[in-house]
Amino acid sequence: MTADADMDALLLDYASGALPEGPALAVATMLALDPRARAGYRALEAAGGALLAALEPQPVSAGLRDATLARLDESPATPLARPPSPAAGALPAPLRRYAPDGLDGLRWTRWGKSVQEAVLPLGDRSHRATLLRIAPGQGVLHHEHTGTEYTVVIAGGFSDDTGHYGPGDLQLCDPSVVHRPVADPDAECLCLGVLSAPIRGTGLVGRLVNPFLKF
Amino acid sequence: MTDAIPATTIGPAPNHWRRASKARGMQQRVLTSPEQAARLEDLLDRVAQRRDRQAFVELFDHFAPRLKAFMLRGGADPETAEEIAQEAMIAVWNKAVQYDRSRAALSTWVFTIARNKRIDMLRRQVRPEIDPDDYPAASGEPEPDRTVALNQAAVDLRGSIAQLPAEQREVLQLAFFEDKSHGTISAELGLPLGTVKSRIRLALARLRGLMGDHTP
Repeated sequence: MTADADMDALLLDYASGALPEGPALAVATMLALDPRARAGYRALEAAGGALLAALEPQPVSAGLRDATLARLDESPATPLARPPSPAAGALPAPLRRYAPDGLDGLRWTRWGKSVQEAVLPLGDRSHRATLLRIAPGQGVLHHEHTGTEYTVVIAGGFSDDTGHYGPGDLQLCDPSVVHRPVADPDAECLCLGVLSAPIRGTGLVGRLVNPFLKF
Repeated sequence: MTDAIPATTIGPAPNHWRRASKARGMQQRVLTSPEQAARLEDLLDRVAQRRDRQAFVELFDHFAPRLKAFMLRGGADPETAEEIAQEAMIAVWNKAVQYDRSRAALSTWVFTIARNKRIDMLRRQVRPEIDPDDYPAASGEPEPDRTVALNQAAVDLRGSIAQLPAEQREVLQLAFFEDKSHGTISAELGLPLGTVKSRIRLALARLRGLMGDHTP
């Protein structure tokens, strides 16, 4: 399981705004699904608010207030993303802007008989985010990591050597981890995967498919 | 028991020595009491319900100089600091109806708006957000009205951060003011990643304990 200290460091990076879009999507999805993690997270944003409130105010330029007042009547910039359709309603809120038509509106690629993957359109290209559907009881390719992998379970669950992960659980894999996640036997496992660099298959099959594991 | 460190002198600031000498008088003036926090929330209500510009002016006078200070601490030049403060205040005006005082202290909400503006303006990135009104799996989450408790917690939190061991406070400040990841902090301080993570863990354990005391 993800160690508490790793999780706290990740939550602080999300609260401060330092986390890039991809990992931030993983953390936001986890928080959307896990009320306990969210309660703990609120203390971090409150710390940001407390740091702001405790600062000695710095006088602003004479014209700033009037300039700001003059801009209040501008209509707020409309968000670029179109509003999600009802089909997206079942997904956690942070994912909806990336899958506005729900799971069926995404382009799924099959990996063998048991795994499907759909790429999510991140603006920041330093990471790759995908949704994965793993058939009940089936495993993902045994793989190692060349960067950090964030996996968040949205529905169902999976197990590997480090333990079992259910909805709202986030697994953090650094390059030292080699694993083969296997979906729970009773239901399809839907999860979000965010990668900072490609994974590499291990073993004979893995080496054969590596050229196809595009980043 | 030594005197508590005034919250106004949190951490090493460039003009630390000058501030320390007048810190005692400053504490009264700068710190926001729970009553003042409630007054600021009422002002925001007037903005949300009646688009009250006079109320907005008072909010601007309170928050804009703090937002500027926040961005200056993060290394922004004065012009950029004011630009972000201005954009954040315009967002406060536009999003006022979304603020829910039972969920977060106003200073916390304003901090999150300013943080997102900074990401937007300086890094040109989108920040995936949790939507407070829509948690698919959140049924059963206790959300009693704890406005007063939250404002008290916000004030206590300030004192609590000021009293953290300096090394833990430093990590929080580098993270929040300077928008630095724990990896960057570890590299800049020349400390092993594990050391930075354990400082974060210790600091958060203390702050969470404090917030927990205010959460029924």
